[in-house]
Amino acid sequence: MAKVIIDTANHIAAYAAKAARVQVVAAYPITPQTTVVEKIAEFVESGEMDADYIRVESEHSAMAACVGAEAAGVRAFTATSAHGLALMHEVLHWAAGSRLPIVMAVINRAMGAPWSIWPDYSDSLSQRDTGWLQFYCADNQEVFDTIIQAYKICEDKRVLLPAMVCSEGFILSHTAMPVKIPDQEEIDDFLPPYEPGWVLDVDNPFSHAPLVSPEWYMEFRYMIQQAMENSKKIIEEVDKEYGERFGFRHGGLVDRYRCEDAELVLVTMGTMGAEAKISVDNLRQEGYKVGLARVRAFRPFPKEVFRELAETARMFTAIDRHVSFGFEGFLFSEIKASLYPRQITGDPPLISGFLAGIGGRDVTFRDIEKIAKKSWNWMEKGKIEKEIVWWKLRD
Amino acid sequence: MVTIKELPKEEYLLKGNPACAGCGSAISLRLLFKALGSRIIMIVPACCTTVIQGPYPYAAFNVPMLNIVFEATGAAASGVVAALKRRGIKDVTVIGWAGDGGTVDIGLQALSGAAERGTDFIYICYDNEAYGNTGMQRSGATPFGAWTTTTPTGKREHKKNMPLIMAAHGIPYVATAIPSYPLDFIRKLRKAKEIKGTKYIHILSPCPVGWRFPHNKTIEIGRLAVQTGMWALFEIENGKFKLNPPSSGLLNKEKRKPVREYLKLQGRFRHLTDQDIMEIQRWVDETWENYKKMISC
Ligand SMILES: Cc1ncc(C[n+]2csc(CCOP(=O)(O)OP(=O)(O)O)c2C)c(N)n1
Ligand code: SF4
Ligand SMILES: [Mg+2]
Repeated sequence: MAKVIIDTANHIAAYAAKAARVQVVAAYPITPQTTVVEKIAEFVESGEMDADYIRVESEHSAMAACVGAEAAGVRAFTATSAHGLALMHEVLHWAAGSRLPIVMAVINRAMGAPWSIWPDYSDSLSQRDTGWLQFYCADNQEVFDTIIQAYKICEDKRVLLPAMVCSEGFILSHTAMPVKIPDQEEIDDFLPPYEPGWVLDVDNPFSHAPLVSPEWYMEFRYMIQQAMENSKKIIEEVDKEYGERFGFRHGGLVDRYRCEDAELVLVTMGTMGAEAKISVDNLRQEGYKVGLARVRAFRPFPKEVFRELAETARMFTAIDRHVSFGFEGFLFSEIKASLYPRQITGDPPLISGFLAGIGGRDVTFRDIEKIAKKSWNWMEKGKIEKEIVWWKLRD
Repeated sequence: MVTIKELPKEEYLLKGNPACAGCGSAISLRLLFKALGSRIIMIVPACCTTVIQGPYPYAAFNVPMLNIVFEATGAAASGVVAALKRRGIKDVTVIGWAGDGGTVDIGLQALSGAAERGTDFIYICYDNEAYGNTGMQRSGATPFGAWTTTTPTGKREHKKNMPLIMAAHGIPYVATAIPSYPLDFIRKLRKAKEIKGTKYIHILSPCPVGWRFPHNKTIEIGRLAVQTGMWALFEIENGKFKLNPPSSGLLNKEKRKPVREYLKLQGRFRHLTDQDIMEIQRWVDETWENYKKMISC
């Protein structure tokens, strides 16, 4: 029987690693990730989880140990935040380039300086181009489900890439919510044991990730890009299958909410997406035809979904919890780039960009309603009055 | 006792590999494979061995190889060891094989962590006393006075004593070796293989290119390193320090050749003043006094 437990997203991530029958965990503590690895330590030492837990001396080593473990043929897991993720940067590239389907929980936290322990996406979005799939969760159930799904997606031979399952620190990491945990046998049936795409094997020796000249290197990069493209279909398939089996669907690449006839589509990620659903309902009651596209998969970026939405929507408003210094919010950029073809056909929607919630500043459904109304006003006028708005910025 | 005759004929370091002629590291690799055979997994960071193993799509090592980022050998090995344990594979030896830079400098943290956790593997540092891969820059293992591309007038600091740093971790086995004394190296490898836990072997690896000597002098230079006491062959087994032949016969200063005989054959020391040479001699003698104390306690 599936059971419902009430617990924090961090503990839920540990439950998910256990349910995925992860065999090696290598991790190093950092706020707000700590309770993930503490819970796993508890599981392993009590014998509830049959895994080896390598208590490494840094995050750089955590990721290198995960690379070693997966290369030697077992399912590996780690979790980190902010500076820990930044320290891993070099090995993130190595893991993706080595085509190892490691899954990592990223408990989002703003990068220093100055020090902050509160959430934004400056940590994970800085790792955008490392070749990792990136999923963003809106609640604790989604954290559990996405970790299980991520192993299935990443280990698919058409993908063989690692994934980050991101959730905002404190907002989710330390907030208890009810979560349905399916039966272990059913999870085992959904997620069979890890079958490596390649493995270090003394009976079939080969040299992995040696020096590759310009004659060959590009093809390896091309294959990663192809794998990313392949993963789009697989993410949708796996989410569908998971929903059919366990009753939860999170929307595949993009969680679309009341978008069918929406003239204005709000675009955001994570818990701001959960909050925005309330805003959409309220705005609808007031007569605004507003919808929400909550991006679950930031990499691969679901440009096709936005092209489809642009068939009906007149405007998109991106609400970003991170800024790319010297440019703009990430979602804002990605949507504009995705919709470029419409620019050519001469029928482009308006697109506006709001920066909100940076460094953990609270963003409520009321804020999102105000952002939506401002955007609606611009849509009516047919003109974006301010290209980038820093929401609730002090004077 | 190991004898040359009983070594396997199989070669796991294949012909045509791109090591420089006379490379001490390539000789050590060949010996490593002969000593341990093919049931090993190698973990190699960025170093000369990245080049020696051959560029894709060629592979010069006939054993499974995991290439990893420069500073992460110890950590990646921990992952491999844990995975083999999970899979119930008991007859495969995990080898970390890294240069001096990847060991005494940038890789020290990951190695120290792996040793502190008692990771069951053999870590081998092949020490050519500089960053060979990137063109011979100074490392923490470069000896006093040596020319490197980042110490063009000679390094002003002495070599870091890495084997003793590893011994301070309390691991069961630490040893030094040099390809000029192959049987000693092979014996140590085979012994390490039978011990559980972290084993550390530090090879002084003469490098004709970086040290600037003719490539047919590798073995001779290595012998001189030992005979002058610039390099000592020893083992530290469960904390017990023991000099091995021929170093064991050199405790008395009179038995050691003057360091000048080792230094004068290498272009990297050409610019040394008499005072520099005296400083190196002083350092060698002091190091040996320390070994004496380690034997008596
Ligand atoms: C993080 C990082 N910094 C620098 C380098 C460049 N690099 C590659 S190999 C190397 C030197 C290796 O020296 P050593 O470990 O002594 O091995 P050797 O090349 O002498 O065999 C350096 C500096 C790198 N690959 N990664
Ligand atoms: S530079 Fe030195 S250590 Fe490196 S391959 Fe050449 S001889 Fe060997
Ligand atoms: Mg070196």
